[in-house]
Amino acid sequence: MADLLEFRNVTKMYSHGLLTRTSTIALNNVSLTLTEDEPTVLTVAGESGSGKTTLAMLLLGFIPPTSGQILYKGRDISKLKGEEQMRFRREVQAVFQDPFAVFNPFYTVDHLLSVPIDRFKLAKSGAQARDKMAEALTAVGLRPDEILGRFPHQLSGGQRQRINVARALLLKPKLLVADEPVSMVDASLRASILETLRSLQKNYGVSIIYITHDLTTAYHIAKSIIVLYRGAVMEAGDVDTVIKQPQHPYTRLLIDSIPWPDINRRWGETEIKAKESELGDAGAGCKFYARCPFAMEQCKVLPPLFRLSEHQAASCYLYGQNPQIESERLSELLPV
Amino acid sequence: MEKMKPVLEVINLRVSYYTDSGRATALDGVSLSLAAGEKLGLVGESGSGKSTMALAMMRMIKPPGRIEAGQVLVDGTDLTALSEQAMLKARLSKIAYIPQGAMNSLNPVMRIGAQMVDAIRAHDPRASKASIEARCRHALESVDLQRNVFKMYAHELSGGMKQRVCIAIGILLQPKVIICDEPTSALDVVTQRQVMETIDRVQKKIGAAVILIGHDMGLMAQFVDKVAVMYTGRLMELSPVREMFTDPLHPYAQALINSLPNLDNKGVFQGIPGIAPSLLKLPGGCAFHPRCPHVMEICKNVPPNFETVRDERQVACYLYSQKA
Repeated sequence: MADLLEFRNVTKMYSHGLLTRTSTIALNNVSLTLTEDEPTVLTVAGESGSGKTTLAMLLLGFIPPTSGQILYKGRDISKLKGEEQMRFRREVQAVFQDPFAVFNPFYTVDHLLSVPIDRFKLAKSGAQARDKMAEALTAVGLRPDEILGRFPHQLSGGQRQRINVARALLLKPKLLVADEPVSMVDASLRASILETLRSLQKNYGVSIIYITHDLTTAYHIAKSIIVLYRGAVMEAGDVDTVIKQPQHPYTRLLIDSIPWPDINRRWGETEIKAKESELGDAGAGCKFYARCPFAMEQCKVLPPLFRLSEHQAASCYLYGQNPQIESERLSELLPV
Repeated sequence: MEKMKPVLEVINLRVSYYTDSGRATALDGVSLSLAAGEKLGLVGESGSGKSTMALAMMRMIKPPGRIEAGQVLVDGTDLTALSEQAMLKARLSKIAYIPQGAMNSLNPVMRIGAQMVDAIRAHDPRASKASIEARCRHALESVDLQRNVFKMYAHELSGGMKQRVCIAIGILLQPKVIICDEPTSALDVVTQRQVMETIDRVQKKIGAAVILIGHDMGLMAQFVDKVAVMYTGRLMELSPVREMFTDPLHPYAQALINSLPNLDNKGVFQGIPGIAPSLLKLPGGCAFHPRCPHVMEICKNVPPNFETVRDERQVACYLYSQKA
């Protein structure tokens, strides 16, 4: 069984400064595997600065990892050339956050769809290209005759974001990286975009990595979840378990901070201990140390992942009596 | 508690933008009132007129937009009748505006303190330097920022801190009305909660009325007392927050509430069918009728009035009107 995508102990550090080099660890030793035969939806969640966008950039090959390897179908993506690189570029697609910024306002939306068709020589004739475009648009629930030939400013944010999904779909990808695809879209349109994404996974066998800070939508669309904080995995596992019974103090804080649209569920039962302004450097220990209400002496050493159940693990000494699980085996926790 | 005199009254406010392709009425006869200490949420899709409403109340509509009719009374003063000079004074001292992207509304080459001092100077040129600084530092403290933020630049602060600086500037002169336009849409949930708690606390302290604009219904449920739902520049429903969430009246409000995700119905996505019409080509009658599941003949021709149908509940829909 071939692995579609594999992260092997990937670390990404951003350094700056010429004489005194200071570096920020954006992603710390993350290992992850997605298999090819079982398409899934995996959520990577975390607040800003947690490294979730870095993870997307790494996986699309936009930036190289500082250490570790990223393999696509067994091949290191930084070493792909020619034919193989084209295949990688075609099979791994992205949908970005801002549906307004990805369109060139001077072209009709056809341009966005026809460029990949030309580039990857997907169509033999103009008529076939149009058919393909129409087919992709229909698949995301848009009517081609209402969309083709229009300019981006004539379309709503929700329509534009669905065109982006259609563009990705055109290339018959194996993996779709969706970086906050609904955060800039009206709440009433979110549902339809999420539904579109999920049907891609079901009907076209596309694996999706859904990157978000919004745990409500994550819960609805994903099978499994990885919660990141400052580049480190805090908690991972089955999305139902992690969201309904969060164990790591950080996950609990996140879940408790969601403003639920439910009048009977009040906000903020646990107090936020530290202000974000007082955050010092996390140092070598648990990244959440400075804000954690349960911080202990031993937290100054980076905690490993402790397995709480078949499909849940937390990187926290509160669960120190549970068996440890190596970070390389993170994927075993994630149901597909 | 007896019914207090409203501190903010918006009467029949109407704003149009004159574009090359015709007149777009972004705000069509909106009226509402708010008592001191009350929090109102204004929700709607993009293009429904929420931000136009905020800008119109601040009298910051720029051409080709124009306030065509209506009054905005703050504490009895009609802002729409003030001279440009008097309006400058009224902004911040009577009515303050906390903008959407705090990141972009602070001057990157001025210290935070200098920007705050500017704001006070503009309203009170004769105040002494010491008293101004004391007021600024007090404002910073009341939003939970350390005093040394006064000497910092915007780039030294995180997004949540910048947003709190904007709140501090907003409350410097203790306005009667604070308008927050999606104050947390760029922030993550934990910071969002801290910022909303800050707004809540300072609002209680100075007793101001708050209008929270946004499309996050979760935030509304947790924060406001009343919710107003807008659609194509008109108010569709205005109800106390509990009633709005448990028993929405207007079909659009119902669709909005039903489209909310929660933990009980995993995987059920219910969007609102159809798309919002363009303001340039509004359908006749009730603007929601092409998407409405309960549409009747009258809805297609005559727009319904926005009227009180039950205690403290106003709605613009023939389902609840006597006239239908």
